[in-house]
Amino acid sequence: MSLVELHAIHKSFGELEVLKGIDLSIDEGQVIALIGKSGSGKSTLLRTINGLEVIDDGVIIVDGKKISDRDADLLGLRLQVGMVFQQFNLFPHYTALENVMLSPQVVKKQSKAEAKQIAEEMLAKVGLADKMMHYPDQLSGGQQQRVAIARALAMKPKVLLCDEVTSALDPELVNEVLAVVRQLAEEGMTLVMVTHEMRFAREVCDKLVFMHQGRIHETGDPEEVFSNPKTPELSSFVGGLA
Amino acid sequence: MAYKFDFGAIVPHWQLLFDGVILTTELTVIGAVVGVGLGIMGAWARASRAPVISQIVGVYVELIRNTPFLVQLFFIFFGLPALGVKLTEFQAAVLAMIVNLGAYSTEIIRAGILAIPQGQIEAAQSLAMNRVQIFRYVVILPALKKIWPALSSQIVIVMLGSSVCSQIAAEELTFGANYIQALNFRAFEVYFVVTGLYLVMSILLRMGLKVLGNFLFERRRHV
Ligand SMILES: Nc1ncnc2c1ncn2[C@@H]1O[C@H](COP(=O)(O)OP(=O)(O)OP(=O)(O)O)[C@@H](O)[C@H]1O
Ligand SMILES: [Mg+2]
Repeated sequence: MSLVELHAIHKSFGELEVLKGIDLSIDEGQVIALIGKSGSGKSTLLRTINGLEVIDDGVIIVDGKKISDRDADLLGLRLQVGMVFQQFNLFPHYTALENVMLSPQVVKKQSKAEAKQIAEEMLAKVGLADKMMHYPDQLSGGQQQRVAIARALAMKPKVLLCDEVTSALDPELVNEVLAVVRQLAEEGMTLVMVTHEMRFAREVCDKLVFMHQGRIHETGDPEEVFSNPKTPELSSFVGGLA
Repeated sequence: MAYKFDFGAIVPHWQLLFDGVILTTELTVIGAVVGVGLGIMGAWARASRAPVISQIVGVYVELIRNTPFLVQLFFIFFGLPALGVKLTEFQAAVLAMIVNLGAYSTEIIRAGILAIPQGQIEAAQSLAMNRVQIFRYVVILPALKKIWPALSSQIVIVMLGSSVCSQIAAEELTFGANYIQALNFRAFEVYFVVTGLYLVMSILLRMGLKVLGNFLFERRRHV
């Protein structure tokens, strides 16, 4: 059984049906890239996986457990599924270290010493051992995003969702964040990432999912899908990028 | 000029003014602490999506913001005994100030809560924090920081508004002034001095709130 299974997921915002029946399974250690045009439903799909969007219909199974929208279930789900956002979303009144320590302390009830040790380890992993005492507004975008990744990792999630984690960054800061993601992928972290970095997707991901108008339009091995798109929509999407 | 100023006429009664300042200070401190506490809870209820509680709080806020403080005070002091709730002058005055500030600060603090970027709340949610944890660790401090100047002004307004409590014979500063001028008929001198005292108290209160704000929102590392 896969780590995450989505069956026939439907989601509408008012009249607008954004997800029109999504089936997707994510295996442990798999790195999946979600691509597609703006508005095709990539973020919405990602957000259903950790319950930030409540689905109208369908089934989500994470680690063998079916997810309902009861609060207790959602909290349990989110312990397994971490998320990193386009806009970093660090807590401005805490240092980098405190940002990373917060949830292990208050959610997992770890001791301060324990949480601190893990936080230091995670910040070192993303290359920020020397910035731990900085506040978010004292860090560059790339550094903030790496803190956000460390913060998600400190909860030891089984899956990490990344929604365009480099899209808000100046071009020269993109690579330092991608390098961290690449390292996670190499270490065997299960990743689902919405991305516009096609070269990165091609090099790092095991599976490519192309979304179009609320459906998974085409999926497969990135190398193959890119060099040999089967649908006109994907070939025009890929062509438009080149 | 016919009128001869005589500020010396107040001196024998300084104790009354002093007691008045003390009582006004007590009313303000208790009213502010409990009133802002009430406002934080009210704001949370308003900002949360619990419809019934949110609406009840909404009615409370509108009721208080659209009626005079004096009437609220009279209602508590003269009206509530009909329901068997008999309060002393001080208790009634403090309660009126709490209820009044609670309503105004609910709206002010709510604005601060709504100004917290949704993304930060989603980040906290995705870190598996529950509602209470999110409010306590992620929302409330930055929210208060954003609206601290407005909240401080409202507290000063409530402090000045406490002068109305003289009307139920709560022996705060204005009560002392009224009493003295009834004894010595030196209305100008008495109210001149009392105006000055209120001014000084306002300035001190503003400064105190500023210091408190700096302390609360100062970048203080927890580890
Ligand atoms: N909370 C919401 N309320 C109403 N409509 C929404 C909401 N969130 C998303 N939508 C709509 O749903 C559609 C899909 O949005 P989504 O954010 O999933 O697209 P996306 O593929 O991530 O696009 P992008 O590449 O621009 O991020 C869009 O038309 C969007 O306007
Ligand atoms: Mg998106």
